[in-house]
Amino acid sequence: MPLAPSENCGEEKINIMLFKLKTRFRSWALRRQRNDDGTVTLTQRRIYILPTRQGFALAFVLLLMLLGDINYNLSLGYVLTFLLAMIAVMSMLHAFRNLAQLQVRAGHVEPVFATEPARFVYHFHNISKLDRYQINLNDMHGNSTVFDVAANGYKEVILNIPSTRRGWLTTGRVALYTHFPLGLFHAWSYLHFDTRCLVYPKPITDAPLPSGKTPNGAGKSAIAGDEDFSGLRKYVAGDALQRIAWKVFAREQGLQVKQFSNPLGDELWLDYSAATGSNEEEKLACMARWVLKAEAQELRYGLRLPDGELPANLGTAHRDECLSSIALFNLPLKTEP
Amino acid sequence: MSKSLNYGLLLSILMVVAPHAEHLTVWVSILCGVLLVWRTYLNYSSRPQPKKWLLMLITFAGTGGVAMSFHTLFGREVGVTLLMLLATLKLMELRSERDAMAVIYLALFIIITNFFYSQSIPTALYMLATLFVVTVTWIQLHGQNIPFKPRLRTAAILLLQAIPLTLILFILFPRVQGPLWGLPQDAYSTSGLDDRMSPGSLSRLSLSEAVAFRVSYKNNPPLREQMYWRGPVMWYFDGRTWTTGKTTGQLTAPQLTNLDQSIDYTVTLEPHNKTWLFALDIPEKVSLPATLSYDFRLYSKKPVNARIRYEARSNLGYRANLQESGLHIERALQIPTQFNPKAQKLAAGWKASSASDAEIIQAALSYFSQQGFKYTLEPPPLGTNGIDDFIFETKQGFCEHYASAFVFLMRVANVPARVVTGYLGGEFNDIGNYYIVRQSDAHAWAEVWLKGQGWVRVDPTGVIAPARIQSGLSAAVSNNAALPFMARNPPQWLRNLSLNWDALSNQWNQWVLGYDNERQFAFLTRLGMESVTWQKMAMNMAAGLVILVALFALFMLRHLFVRMRNDKVQVAWLKLCKKLSKSGIPRAAHEGALDYAARVGTARPELAESLHDLAIRYSALRYGKAQGEQAIREFLQRISAVKT
Repeated sequence: MPLAPSENCGEEKINIMLFKLKTRFRSWALRRQRNDDGTVTLTQRRIYILPTRQGFALAFVLLLMLLGDINYNLSLGYVLTFLLAMIAVMSMLHAFRNLAQLQVRAGHVEPVFATEPARFVYHFHNISKLDRYQINLNDMHGNSTVFDVAANGYKEVILNIPSTRRGWLTTGRVALYTHFPLGLFHAWSYLHFDTRCLVYPKPITDAPLPSGKTPNGAGKSAIAGDEDFSGLRKYVAGDALQRIAWKVFAREQGLQVKQFSNPLGDELWLDYSAATGSNEEEKLACMARWVLKAEAQELRYGLRLPDGELPANLGTAHRDECLSSIALFNLPLKTEP
Repeated sequence: MSKSLNYGLLLSILMVVAPHAEHLTVWVSILCGVLLVWRTYLNYSSRPQPKKWLLMLITFAGTGGVAMSFHTLFGREVGVTLLMLLATLKLMELRSERDAMAVIYLALFIIITNFFYSQSIPTALYMLATLFVVTVTWIQLHGQNIPFKPRLRTAAILLLQAIPLTLILFILFPRVQGPLWGLPQDAYSTSGLDDRMSPGSLSRLSLSEAVAFRVSYKNNPPLREQMYWRGPVMWYFDGRTWTTGKTTGQLTAPQLTNLDQSIDYTVTLEPHNKTWLFALDIPEKVSLPATLSYDFRLYSKKPVNARIRYEARSNLGYRANLQESGLHIERALQIPTQFNPKAQKLAAGWKASSASDAEIIQAALSYFSQQGFKYTLEPPPLGTNGIDDFIFETKQGFCEHYASAFVFLMRVANVPARVVTGYLGGEFNDIGNYYIVRQSDAHAWAEVWLKGQGWVRVDPTGVIAPARIQSGLSAAVSNNAALPFMARNPPQWLRNLSLNWDALSNQWNQWVLGYDNERQFAFLTRLGMESVTWQKMAMNMAAGLVILVALFALFMLRHLFVRMRNDKVQVAWLKLCKKLSKSGIPRAAHEGALDYAARVGTARPELAESLHDLAIRYSALRYGKAQGEQAIREFLQRISAVKT
C-alpha cells in the first residue's frame, strides 16, 4: 500500500486526537448512565453544548473585526463587533432552549426482514409554548432524521436504520442535536433507550414447499371448500383481507374473520434439515420463504429447527413466532428482555 | 440551496454593498449591480448558476481592472473594492451550506468597511436594519423549513437581547489607543480649507454645508466679529494664486504681549486630513500636542484623520510680533511686478500721499467702500491681470477677492501684509449650547504689520459687507439662491429641526464615536468607579455580562420549568407509580395508566377498585378535555388516600 502523503499526516493526527477526546468525553458523559426507560425529559443535566466549526470561524472573523476597530478607531465597528458577539452568545441559550424539557419515549418497533430498514419509533412531546425547530436525531453510524415539534405538540419520529443480518438490531446510543438558530452551537443529548428491532432473515426469492408430509397436496386453497369452515371470530389487526366475512360486516355485525379448521394430519412440517442451501444462513432464508408461502396459502404448518420445534398452526401470530425462531436460531441472545 | 434562501442572501449582499456605491469606482459599482441583477434573474427563473470558467474569467478580469484603476492591489480602498467583487461573485456559486455561510460572513465584514466612510446616526440605524436582514437569512440557512414569521421573531429577539449586552461591552470594554499599525494616508477624504487660495476657491467652499468643527465656550462666547478662526496663512503671491510659500532661515517663535480677554473653549474638529487645528486668534494653550507657528497657526504633527476634541484658551486682545525679522518683512512685501500695473499705480499714489501706514490702509478701505464694490458668491471671471480687472472693471467679489486685492495693494505701498484664511462666525445651536462652524463659514482676511503694533487684522470684506462679519453669509449675499439650503434663512421650524438634529449628532460624535480611552476613564470615574484600570473594567464587564445573560436565561426558560412543577396531576400519579414499583410492581415503559392499574389490580386485589378509578380519572384529566379545578382536587384527594 502506498504511504499517505505527508500533508495528510497532520490532519490524521488531529483526527485521532479529536477521536480520543470524543471517546473520553463520552465515557465521562456516560459515566453513570443507565438505560433510559419510560419517558425521558431533556433536563439541563442531559444537554451538552459546544461551539461548532462555524462558531469558531465566527470567533475568528470577530477577532479580525476587533483589530480593525482598534486600528481605525471605529466606534460603530466596536458596536457591530459586540452586537455580533452577543448575538452569538444568546444563540447558545436559544440552542439550549430548543432541546430543553423536550420529552422522548421510545415506541414499538416492528420486525423487518434483513436489508429492509428497521424503523425505530420515538415519540416526542413538547409540553411548552415554544416551537422546537430543526432537531436532528441520529445514531452512531450516521443514520439521521430531522424534525420540528410544534408548541404543545406531539411528534412521532422514525429513525430508519438499515438492517443487514438476522437477529436483534439495536440502535446503540442515539443522539439528539440541534444547531438552531445560527449554527454556531451544537447542543446535544444522548438517549439510551434499550430498543431493538427483530430482523428476520431475508427470504430467498422462491422455494417450493416441502411436499412429503402433506397428504392433500401443497397447493390446496383454504377458502376452496365450505366444508372446512369452522366459525367466526373477531377481527384482529393483521388478519388477511380475504378472510374477513364481508357479508357479516354488511349486516353491521362488526368485522368478523372466517376461521377454517383443517382435518388432522393435514399439516405441513417445515424442517431445517429439508431446507435448501449450502450453509446455515441460506437454509434459514429458505425456511423464512416457506413460512411466508405456507401462510399465504393458508396451510397449517409447523416448524422444526435443530434446537426445537413449533407445533403446527396458522395465523399471523404463528407466522411471527416461526419467523422469530428462525431469526434467532443459533444466536447467543435469544430472549427479548 | 432553496430559492428563498438565495433571495435572502441576495438582499443581504445588496444591503451591505449599496452604501458603498457612491464611493466605489463607477465600473465596479456597475459590475456589482449587473452581477446582482443577473443572479436574481437566474434564481427567479430557476436556471443553473454560471459555469465555473466564466466566473473565473470575471474574477480575473475584475481583479485586473481594479489593479489597473488603482495601480496597486494593496491599501484600504482597493481592499474594500475587492471585497465587494468577491462578495457578489461568491453569490454566483452557491453550492453548499458552506458557501452560503461564507456569503454571510463576507456581508458582516462589508458592513464594517462602510464605517470608514460614515459613522453617522443614519448609518448606525441602517447597520441595525442590515444586521436584522442578515440574521433572518442566517437562521434560514440553518433551518430551511422554519416558517418566515418565527424566523423574523427569532432574529428580532436575538438582536434585542444583544443590544443591552452590547451596551455593557461598549462602555466597559477596555479601549486600546490605536492605531496598531500605520493608518494609510487615504484615511479620509473631505473638503475643507486648502494651503492655496485663488479666486473662487472659498466661494466654492461656501456652498458646502459640511461641518468643519463645533465649538462650545466655557463661559460667555465672544462677539461674532471676534470669532476669527485662523487657518493657513498665505505669504506668496504669483499674480493669481496665493500659497503659504516656502519658509527659509531661522523660524522665530511668536512673541505675544499685552494679552487680555482670555477665553476658554472646546473644539470638536472633523477630520480634514491636514495638520492644522483651528483656534481663535491668538491661542495661548491647547490640550493637544500642537505647535504655534511663527505666523500664529496652530498645527499638530500628524494630519487630522479622525474627529478630535481639544480644549484651548485664546486671548482676543494681543500685540503680536512687535519685532518682526527682516526675512518675514521681506516675504510680506513680495509681489509679482509684471502683473496688475494699474493696481500698482493706484497703491503707489496712496503711498506718495500718505504720511503713515495707517493712512494707506484707510485709503484702501475707503476706496473699496466708495467705488461701488459688491459682495457676491458668483463674481464674474477675471483675466491675467486679475486684481486690475477686479478693482477697476468687475468690482464684484467674494472674501478671497477682497483679501487678495487688499494685501496686494498694501505690499505695493510697502506695508507688510499677508492673507489669512480660516473661518468666521458660526451658527449657534441653542439646543446643544454650542456653535456649528460649517465649510460655508470659510473666510479670508488680511493681516498687516505696523510698527509698534505688530501684526494687525484688517478685514476688507467688513467694509463692503459688514453683515457678513456680524451675522453671517446669508445676510451679506443679496442673491443667496446658490447658498446651501441651511445657510439661507429657512423657516423657523426647519431651522429648529436642523439644530436639534445637529445637537443629537454632536452628542453622538462626542459620546459614541469619540468614546476613546480618555472618555472612557472620565465616564467611568463619573459613574463612581474609583481608580479606573483596565483589569477593573474587564472584571466589571464580565460580571455585567454574566448577570444579564443569566437574567435572559431565567426569562427565556421560565415557562419550561415552571410548567413542569405545576402539573400536579402528573406529579401525583408518578409518585403513586413509584410507590407501587417499590412494593414490587413496576410500571413498564409502554404501559398506559389503565393497563397498569389493571395489572396491579390482579396482583393486589385490595387496590384494584381505587386504582381503576384513579387511572380513569388520570387519563381524563391528562388526555381528555380540560376540566375544572374541582376535578383535579378530587383526583388529588383520592390519590393521597391510596395506601400501598
